[in-house]
Amino acid sequence: MVLVLAIGDLHIPHRASDLPAKFKSMLVPGKIQHIICTGNLCIKEVHDYLKSLCPSLHITRGEYDEDSRYPETKTITIGQFKLGLCHGHQVVPWGDLDSLAMLQRQLDVDILVSGHTHQFKAYKHEAGVVINPGSATGAYSSITYDVNPSFVLMDIDGLRVVVYVYELIDGEVKVDKIDFKKTSTATI
Amino acid sequence: MISDGIEDEEKWLTAGIAGLQQNAFYMHRALDSNNIKDALKYSAQMLSELRTSRLSPHKYYELYMRAFDELRKLEIFFKEESRRSCSIIELYELVQHAGNILPRLYLLCTVGSVYIKSKEAPAKDILKDLVEMCRGIQHPLRGLFLRSYLSQVSRDKLPDIGSEYEGDENTVMDAVEFVLQNFTEMNKLWVRMQHQHAIGYSGLQGPAREKEKREKERNELRDLVGKNLHVLSQIEGIDLELYKDIVLPRILEQVVNCKDDLAQYYLMDCLIQVFPDEYHLQTLETLLGACPQLQPSVDIKTVLSGLMERLSNYAASSVEVLPEFVQVEAFAKLNNAIGQVIEAQPDMPVFGAVTLYSSLLTFTLHVHPDRLDYVDQILGACVNKISGKGKLEGKTTKQIVALLSAPLEKYSDIDIALKLSNYPLVMEYLDDSTNKVMSNVIIQSIMKNKTHISTADKVGALFELIKGLIKDLDSDGNDEMDEDDFKEEQNFVARLIQMLYNNDPEEMLKIICTVKKHIMTGGPKRLPFTIPPLIYNALKLVRRVQSQDENASEEATTSATPKKIFQILNQTIEVLSTVPVPDLALRLYLECAEAANDCDLEPVAYEFFTQAYILYEEEISDSKAQVTALYLIIGTLQRMHTFGVENRDTLTHKATGYSAKLLKKPDQCRAVYACSHLFWVEDQDGIKDGERVLLCLKRALRIANAAQQMANVTKGSSGSVILFIEILNKYLYFFEKGNTQITVASIQGLIELVTTEMQSDTATSDPAADAFFSSTMRYIQSQKAKGGATAEKFEPIKV
Repeated sequence: MVLVLAIGDLHIPHRASDLPAKFKSMLVPGKIQHIICTGNLCIKEVHDYLKSLCPSLHITRGEYDEDSRYPETKTITIGQFKLGLCHGHQVVPWGDLDSLAMLQRQLDVDILVSGHTHQFKAYKHEAGVVINPGSATGAYSSITYDVNPSFVLMDIDGLRVVVYVYELIDGEVKVDKIDFKKTSTATI
Repeated sequence: MISDGIEDEEKWLTAGIAGLQQNAFYMHRALDSNNIKDALKYSAQMLSELRTSRLSPHKYYELYMRAFDELRKLEIFFKEESRRSCSIIELYELVQHAGNILPRLYLLCTVGSVYIKSKEAPAKDILKDLVEMCRGIQHPLRGLFLRSYLSQVSRDKLPDIGSEYEGDENTVMDAVEFVLQNFTEMNKLWVRMQHQHAIGYSGLQGPAREKEKREKERNELRDLVGKNLHVLSQIEGIDLELYKDIVLPRILEQVVNCKDDLAQYYLMDCLIQVFPDEYHLQTLETLLGACPQLQPSVDIKTVLSGLMERLSNYAASSVEVLPEFVQVEAFAKLNNAIGQVIEAQPDMPVFGAVTLYSSLLTFTLHVHPDRLDYVDQILGACVNKISGKGKLEGKTTKQIVALLSAPLEKYSDIDIALKLSNYPLVMEYLDDSTNKVMSNVIIQSIMKNKTHISTADKVGALFELIKGLIKDLDSDGNDEMDEDDFKEEQNFVARLIQMLYNNDPEEMLKIICTVKKHIMTGGPKRLPFTIPPLIYNALKLVRRVQSQDENASEEATTSATPKKIFQILNQTIEVLSTVPVPDLALRLYLECAEAANDCDLEPVAYEFFTQAYILYEEEISDSKAQVTALYLIIGTLQRMHTFGVENRDTLTHKATGYSAKLLKKPDQCRAVYACSHLFWVEDQDGIKDGERVLLCLKRALRIANAAQQMANVTKGSSGSVILFIEILNKYLYFFEKGNTQITVASIQGLIELVTTEMQSDTATSDPAADAFFSSTMRYIQSQKAKGGATAEKFEPIKV
């Protein structure tokens, strides 16, 4: 059982001052094995904070990130799953699932995690899963109205991944979960 | 010959103890045989050891304790003796025959104790007699210990209320009188020590050392004097009336008149510690009245601070006592007292005055948290004190920071601190670096309490306070701040800007304008940090009024319209050109364009796009930056629905032009095929121009071909086929969406092209390309397997 936190688009300090307190109290160091971050942190303090939660931190570059050395895309293998990571502003049209699926094919991954739209999505198609963890701070987005703060926790266990999405709605944390199973061939 | 005082003292102490023990032995022997005369003789001899002048207080105490123990045993004997042979009165007579006065008096006190217990005479008479007789010893050290002994043996025999010694003749007043007298005499002796040489003094040590030693010796004895106050505090019969009318005035009289700073400081402190807080509260005026009369060298501020702290704790202990404070006008009295002390000591350093006000502030926050006027008053007094004093030293500024931080901690709402008119005045006197420290404290308080500053006036006041962070204060710029620290500081300000909010759009707009005014003074270094958060605050406001606009009627005279806000946005982003940060500015222009699009303000959106394009053409020259900027342009443009055909065409044409002109061929190819989406929007009214889509894709194909040829020429082998695979995927995308211009044949052609290239001899192996092609083929298969219209569509494609 491997816990992977998918989080991104915090936009601190341009669009938000901090993570919601309820999220901060849930994210404690030592519980998570990997963090994959879609980007747009934007400053070093946020990077350090995430690093303190878990040393295995993977980030891709968002268009506002202070650190320009983050890669445009990244692939990671965790257990039986290949995960792909990309911020998403490079994939036009933004938020378009078919275009994202193309990126998924290109990276040849089971799960593609991307952001930019600040809207949570978990979409399964024949070749795999596309996940958007949304914005962890509920930051303003020109694409999405009424953004609720959200992040995703993936529990990878063998050929199965359970995706938990945590959303802060009207001050309360709501959790939802989605199950995905992969067949033993190379991709789902 | 220089004698080493300490070694000698040890010698004398040992000798003294030996002598004492020897005589004690004989004394006990005499007692065992009921030989009272001999017993007294030996006891007197024993006590003679206490006549020494050679021991310092510390050592004398050791000797004294041993004598004390022996006297206890003697007392026990006396108790029984009086029942047997001679009466207590006779005994009282007998002991006065001792040759030397000191032993005589010790014995007298011992017998006196038994006498009182026997109740054969009124306690008050005996006590009076004893306390008077002790005057016979005027030597400070010996006198102090003697009187201390008297105090100890009489302790449980005072005619207090409810004690067995109370009666018609003996009252609490007598007990009080006794203790007060003992106290007064002891204090006099103690003070006199200041004018004598220290005991372990050798003339060769010099006056400074000597003074030090003397003070040390005095300090060792202070508890003996203070004990009397303790005893007084334990007398139950002393109620508030008695305390106010007799006890306190007498004590204060002695304290003031002795004119000794060591004694004054210690006794004031002792007084405050031993008596209950309610008493202090009710006698505040008298107590404080003594303060200006003390010696100037007394550290009165510590005493007053101690008092205020006690009273603060008292107030905190229970809510019921708070009305008392109001009733006795505690604040006014303390404030006055502090004022008087400061006036009486014109040489008091600023630090001292600030500390006093700091303590008073803490007191006020505990006792009268609702009285902002008091808090303001204190700050005002502080301003008066520190104005005109020029640069303040480190510890003073620290104290001022503590002073200013206290209200922030107490009132979690920054609003309250902003109401204090003197608060900014105090901050004026901080030097730049301290101003920054304080500003950080203020921001942290706001962040911690998650307070939202809600009016433009408050925002203005706040930004005035924290101006150390907002702009350069002194023109020398002598503080070379570490870059990381500077970033952190400005990011902090950025986060603060997120905390400014009001539901009412009018007010929110005012807030935005106020912030803009302030951050514009920040200079090019600060603008990249402070402008973005302001922009987003404004964009959020646009969203809010945008939905209102749709509902509201045209007559509404609000000035918070999207148009107005966009004007402000435009002006603000323009300022970034002074830094310059074209990448950031471009992104912000595009965000605004999208917001204008949502408001259906075509000209505004077009203007923003124009600005973004100008930046792209003129300011962004780095290849990597160009690629990112271009994707943002394409992505934003793709979502625009407010543009009419002409405007759209102009912008699209430019975008595709930029794409084809990127430096690296692969980048060109990718940007061009991204542009294909500009001609196909899935919305119901969206443009769906299949031909132009195909044109883009074909253009991308040509560029990919050119890239391949270049690779052949320059590297001798064909480059990666990945671009072709990407383009193929785009073909499939639009094919699936129903673009009739994309034929099965064209797709098939591409598939063959890729396959051929991959199998060719000169092919460079690229596992990523292989995987991509495989997954693409699998995609086609899965589409065929879907059934229905999709399957039909994909059926002809051969993989």
